[in-house]
Amino acid sequence: MNIQVLYFARYREVLGLDGERVDGEFSTIDDLRAHLARRGDVWQVLTEQNLMCALNEELCSVNKPLQDGEEVAFFPTVTGG
Amino acid sequence: MAIRVQATAFDPGAEVNAMHAANVGVGAVVSFVGYVRDFNDGRDVAGMFLEHYPGMTEKALGKIAVEAEQRWPLLKLEVLHRVGALEPGEPIVFVGVASAHRQAAFEACDFVMDYLKTRAPFWKKETTSEGPRWVEGRTSDQHAAGRWAKG
Repeated sequence: MNIQVLYFARYREVLGLDGERVDGEFSTIDDLRAHLARRGDVWQVLTEQNLMCALNEELCSVNKPLQDGEEVAFFPTVTGG
Repeated sequence: MAIRVQATAFDPGAEVNAMHAANVGVGAVVSFVGYVRDFNDGRDVAGMFLEHYPGMTEKALGKIAVEAEQRWPLLKLEVLHRVGALEPGEPIVFVGVASAHRQAAFEACDFVMDYLKTRAPFWKKETTSEGPRWVEGRTSDQHAAGRWAKG
C-alpha cells in the first residue's frame, strides 16, 4: 500500500520534511508510525506520547485502520485560538 | 454558519455587528476575541506565526460549528481564525454566536472555543527575546474541552 504522510509544525521542522509517500503494509496508523520511528535519530519524535494524528483530514486515534491511498498527518498538540 | 481562515487582519467590532444584521429575531449575541499577547511563559513575545493544515482546518472548524448548532438553538455562528504572521495586540480568533436568548449563545461560544483549542489544526510559533519557539499545548485546555463530553 502507498500512504501520503504529512508532518506539521515542530515535527515538520525536526524531520526537515513536510510530507512524503510511504510504501509498506500497515494495518493501522500506529503501525505506520512505528515503521517511521524505526528510521531512528530525529524520527523518534513520532514516539512522543502527546502526538496527534489525522486520517484523510480528520482527527483520529492511532489505532485507526489504514487503507491504500489514504492521507495520514502527524503533528504535536494543537495550539490555536 | 460561516467559517473563515485568513491571513489578513479583521475588525472584531464589525464582526459582532454583522451577527445580528438583518435578523430581528436575534435577542443575544455572544462573542469571543483572542489576541496575541506580548508576553508568554516568562518571555517577551515580539510576534507569532500561525501554521495550519489547509483543508483539514476548515473541515475541523466546520465540524465543531455543526456540533454546536446541534446542541443549542442558534440563529448564527461565525468562526474566524488568522493564519500566518501576527503581531502583539492583533486579534487571532473570533467566535460569534447569535441566538434568541443569552444562555444558548454563552454556552455555544464557550464550547466552540474549547473544541477549537483542542481539535483544530493550528500551531503557534512565537518570536521571543531568546529566539523562536513552538507554543506547547496546555492540559488545562484538554480539561476544559472534557467538560462538554456527553455522559
